[in-house]
Amino acid sequence: MTMAVAGSAFAGQSSPWVSRIAVAAVHFFVIVLFLGSVQTNTWAAILGFLAIHAYSVAVLVYWSRMARSAAGDTVIVALTVEYLLICVLFWELFSLWAWSTFFGLVLVQICAFAMVRYWRELRHAPPTAWFGMVVILIYVMIAATAPIIAPFGETEIVASEYEPWGGKFLMGTDNLGRDTLTRIIYGARNTVGFAFVTTVLAFVLGGFAGLLAATLRGWVDQALGRLVDILMAIPSLIFALLILTVVGTSIMSLVVVIAVLDSTRVFRLARAVAMNVVVLEFVEAANLRGEGLWWIIRREILPNVMPPLVAEFGLRFCFVFLFISALSFLGLGIQPPTADWGSMVRDNATLISFAAGDFQLALTPLVPAAAIALLTVGVNFVVDWFLHKASGLKE
Amino acid sequence: MNAEAKTTAKTDGQSDVILTMRGLRIEGYADEVWHEIVHGVDVTLRRGEVLGLIGESGAGKSTIGLAAMGFARDGCRISGGQIIFDGIDLTKASDDELRALRGSRIAYVAQSAAAAFNPAHRLIDQYCEAPVQHGIMPRSEAEADAKDLYGRLQLPDPDGIGFRYPHQVSGGQLQRAMTAMAMACRPDLIVFDEPTTALDVTTQIEVLAAIKNIVQQFDTAALYITHDLAVVSQMADRIMVLRYGNLVEEGETRPIVEDPQKDYTRDLLAVRTFRKPPVDEPEGDIPLLRVENVTAAYGKVPVLSGVSMDIHEKRTVAVVGESGSGKSTTARVITGLLPPSEGRVLYEGQALDPTYRKRSKDELRRLQMIYQMPDTAINPRQRVRDIIGRPLEFYLAIRGEEKEARVRQLLQMIELDPDDFIDRHPGELSGGQKQRICIARALAAEPELIICDEVTSALDQLVAEEILKLLQRLQDDLGLAYMFITHDLATVKAIADEIVVMLAGEVVEQGPKQEILTPPHHEYTELLLSSVPEMDPDWLDRVLEDRAAAI
Repeated sequence: MTMAVAGSAFAGQSSPWVSRIAVAAVHFFVIVLFLGSVQTNTWAAILGFLAIHAYSVAVLVYWSRMARSAAGDTVIVALTVEYLLICVLFWELFSLWAWSTFFGLVLVQICAFAMVRYWRELRHAPPTAWFGMVVILIYVMIAATAPIIAPFGETEIVASEYEPWGGKFLMGTDNLGRDTLTRIIYGARNTVGFAFVTTVLAFVLGGFAGLLAATLRGWVDQALGRLVDILMAIPSLIFALLILTVVGTSIMSLVVVIAVLDSTRVFRLARAVAMNVVVLEFVEAANLRGEGLWWIIRREILPNVMPPLVAEFGLRFCFVFLFISALSFLGLGIQPPTADWGSMVRDNATLISFAAGDFQLALTPLVPAAAIALLTVGVNFVVDWFLHKASGLKE
Repeated sequence: MNAEAKTTAKTDGQSDVILTMRGLRIEGYADEVWHEIVHGVDVTLRRGEVLGLIGESGAGKSTIGLAAMGFARDGCRISGGQIIFDGIDLTKASDDELRALRGSRIAYVAQSAAAAFNPAHRLIDQYCEAPVQHGIMPRSEAEADAKDLYGRLQLPDPDGIGFRYPHQVSGGQLQRAMTAMAMACRPDLIVFDEPTTALDVTTQIEVLAAIKNIVQQFDTAALYITHDLAVVSQMADRIMVLRYGNLVEEGETRPIVEDPQKDYTRDLLAVRTFRKPPVDEPEGDIPLLRVENVTAAYGKVPVLSGVSMDIHEKRTVAVVGESGSGKSTTARVITGLLPPSEGRVLYEGQALDPTYRKRSKDELRRLQMIYQMPDTAINPRQRVRDIIGRPLEFYLAIRGEEKEARVRQLLQMIELDPDDFIDRHPGELSGGQKQRICIARALAAEPELIICDEVTSALDQLVAEEILKLLQRLQDDLGLAYMFITHDLATVKAIADEIVVMLAGEVVEQGPKQEILTPPHHEYTELLLSSVPEMDPDWLDRVLEDRAAAI
């Protein structure tokens, strides 16, 4: 079925039928080949996956050379759906990995698709932006494949506490005797994952409310604006601590509370940017055409406010990420035994005082801190570049 | 004109030449490559001479104007040639040397005075900045000088106007204040970059007269940049016609205007000669659209009072007037964006709801609108396919391949190649092409009446003429009625069947084109008509004399 979608997307350009059929045939053959060659062997499966990654990217590169048209997005969607089906097949056939891993891999694949799609622009990215993108990609891959690459289980106690670095435990063990490296790897998944989900939620809430306020104006704008003012009037860390103390520190409440607090900032930005777009004549033209509210927000306004919102997403992600780490450090964030960088800093903080005796061991609490710092820097590099580009495009 | 006397008097001796540009080449940076946009142009300007640079957008005239100050815009660079101002090569001059020259010996008057003034400072403060900075005169002297110049430029209340902020004076006054500012240091050279393009014809004539007068008084050399040959022929001693960064033709004003040698110059001169053939009187009693005694206000500010007009099927009604006369507001009332406080709008004899929100989809479809600024009238993030396709889908429920075919058909109708244009974003189109897309979007709804709000005023003259011809052809083919809002009487003469003249929210005169355009006119119509620049170099002097005599 997906072949049909991909095929019809190719049909958008005027390439002859023969080449289209040939592409489809090769496509099908390669997939069958990979599926057939994979045993219930983990390494073969990983290789198979990598090969399919590479192959889909190659198809996309081929396409982007052939034509640059609206069909492009359809091709990407088609390939992603197809890729998803392959993943399901793997999972069904061999029961190799958990769902989370599978979703992680899909995420990696989407990143790869996006990079190919926007290669034209990416090619001219400055080195700092490339550094940021590579950092982010590595983090995503580590987070995605954590169960495969981590040497031990996330909460497994494998030795006595505070084992030195080296040997079986590359970064020693923590205060309960769990492998630090394993915890760092799983921490990527938890800390980054929750921060990502929270930021997405904050943007859905705040972005939608902001666009709504800008489009409708009048009392809707007033009501939403004043509500946001009230929320913003209370220092967010104290407010979060208060609410979390009341509702408890489940992951769910953590995500929702931070998302709501952060959506106020998103609301302000989305409203301010959308205000400038709402007054333009093409919005008036859409109004006069008789378009509904949903169309005007989604098709006329949203695409024009995307660049600043995407840039803000990057920054906001960093803030949320640091916020979660801070909450964890204070004991109200992600709860043990789930691995999390913020709480890992706190748990191992005492090790710093051993610097004179075992220098490496004293570094242990600094590793998760460095992981936080590196990702923040990476995201900011990418955001800076994107903002620069977006402002340049406006002329 | 004393141009000939002046030039003969000053041909002896090289010291007379204030500015020479030899083989000027300028490059612009786009898509990661440097493109040459000015290909070796030579310019010579003598003291006290006014040189007109004329051409369409993209001809490189503004770029050359800025290069005369040794300046290149962001993303541009002067890549070759010499710019010698009074013996100094500006291409080799240091930043300090350039800074000493700019503002004091070379001054610049920008197109949009409203954007060029700092809104947070009073006019006179901005005037005094240059002379005080350059150490030419102390503040008190500069202020006295400013008042003197404001008087010479015929600004009202010359002693007090300087103490206003830019938003407190009108556009034409602001443009004159800017000219005064450029004169502050008595420069040897002023660059005028389209100083009257953003103004109404009635205001334009005052500014032109003021500029011409002051340039003659101080015997200042000037580069006058414009796309309007009629305007430049009033101002310039000599004219250079530019196209795509090359010189097309150069010569004294009169020979260029009266006997151009090149085809392109002839095209520029022939512009505004398009005339719609006369049509019969409208048949049928019920007009397509009737505006009945409409009074409207923005908040408490009254804008329209008792406006009535009829638009008949297959006819073009031009609504004329200067900015603020209420012509666009009338359109807003008709479309339902601004509900009137009194009066009503009838469509085929049926009253339309005052607000567009309550009108039916079919009522909305039959009345479409085309805007002045094609840049903001189409969504920059949508492709041509979606922009034109949406009304088809929305009003007529045409989808899939049928829609695609119809969009292609519409593109052909507006004379754009479907294969080339259907997947483009508005950013990949020129101004004229964008306006064509707007027309196609209006046509897609299969309307009966299209309101054209200043559709050609943001476009170059040649492009505007093409758009007018296109609109006329579409009217002939599809039987559309147009309501044509404009301040440009040349457009009116070209396309209208009937004319409505508006002033200060009221209709002062209306009727068939022939009747309005033949005397006797209403006083205001007369003013509008006589303010339209003509290609005759003596036109400005003649009009000013006539008006002086009338008083």
